[in-house]
Amino acid sequence: MEWTDSVAAEEARKGDQRAFGALVERHSRSVFRLAFRMTGNEQDAEDLVQETFLKAYKQLHRFDGRSAFGTWLYRIAANCSLDLIRARKNRAERQTSASSSETMDLLDQVAAPEPSPERLARSGQVAGLLKPALAQLTDLERTAFVLRHYEGCGIAEIASLLGVETNAAKHSVFRAVQKLRRALQPVAEVAQ
Amino acid sequence: MTHLNEEQLTLAYYGEVAAESLRHVDHCAECKLQFERIKASLDSFPEYPVPERSDSYGRDVWLRLLPQLPVKSKRRRWLNWWTMAPAFASLVAIAFLAGMLTQRNRQIPAITAEARERVLLMAMSDHLERSQILLVELAHAAPGAGELKMERIRARDLITENQLLRDTARSAGDASRAALLDDLERVLLAVANGSATDGAADLDALKERIQGNDLLFRVRVTSANTRQEGRKL
Repeated sequence: MEWTDSVAAEEARKGDQRAFGALVERHSRSVFRLAFRMTGNEQDAEDLVQETFLKAYKQLHRFDGRSAFGTWLYRIAANCSLDLIRARKNRAERQTSASSSETMDLLDQVAAPEPSPERLARSGQVAGLLKPALAQLTDLERTAFVLRHYEGCGIAEIASLLGVETNAAKHSVFRAVQKLRRALQPVAEVAQ
Repeated sequence: MTHLNEEQLTLAYYGEVAAESLRHVDHCAECKLQFERIKASLDSFPEYPVPERSDSYGRDVWLRLLPQLPVKSKRRRWLNWWTMAPAFASLVAIAFLAGMLTQRNRQIPAITAEARERVLLMAMSDHLERSQILLVELAHAAPGAGELKMERIRARDLITENQLLRDTARSAGDASRAALLDDLERVLLAVANGSATDGAADLDALKERIQGNDLLFRVRVTSANTRQEGRKL
């Protein structure tokens, strides 16, 4: 049986697990993609897919159908990802006080005001810098940027997903772009 | 109109500014130059590739998720005749086919052996699926779930069907399914006859039985394989 999202969500809310299964099968890939782009880690993304759907199932009674099911699910996935990133960051900060030279070296490449183009170009992997460059952004900036630049979400949708004002979402995207341009542009120029 | 600042030009790249601002960029040489710089820079941002997932990814996620789902309280629905109808229908089909298989000297030409086997396999898969749902619910029942009254009623219904299927599998020489149904029957009996006086201890004991011997996993796999076999016939 082919369910539309709204019908499946309604049936799932009444307790039909098959209907919820149809929603899981349909949206798993997009949730994984978002989770991976936000966390940059395949295993974390897999865990987040499970967590997102489990939360969605428990909160189905809160889904009122005013937004699309996919948007509602995205909001849960984005928030789960943010929670994980924050938790990971807190853990990392605790560990950094002891020693985390490897991570710092990686981040220093991006954080340095004048990164050495020769050194970076030698690696020949501009794309490889994206992850550490993204790691330099605040949670809000990274999420807003990933949603806008890679997931193609509109600013209004991002604001709704993150529960912030439209202007805050706009500013987060801009700040992210500004920082990333600063981090990636010298390397991109050398690579060209 | 005043010139657009860097933030507005960046948002213009994403089409997130008013049409009037976009027109200004088109006609203002200074803003256009700035915009082109930002555009070139953003266009050169590397792709963010996502690891490939298999075609069955959605299904795999669902199968991993299913045992973790909390049970929604819709117990009364199990008592409705329309939800019980499939169970009764499969019980009748199983009884009929079991009789035919155990009395091999009788010939009923209207049904081919293949058709008989298909019906039996589908009935077996259906039975395992319903047993699996009951086991999952029990495995995830909260400690204060009460006396498990409804679960006991469902287990009693499944026991009769389970015995018929087990005997049929045994007489057909299907040792592995017969063994699984044996294990399943022991748990169903424990559910059906559980003590109503010590709810928490009873539930813990049941959970141990369900988790022991990988019963839930074996039921799930056998149900899927049996259905697939039935469809192939």
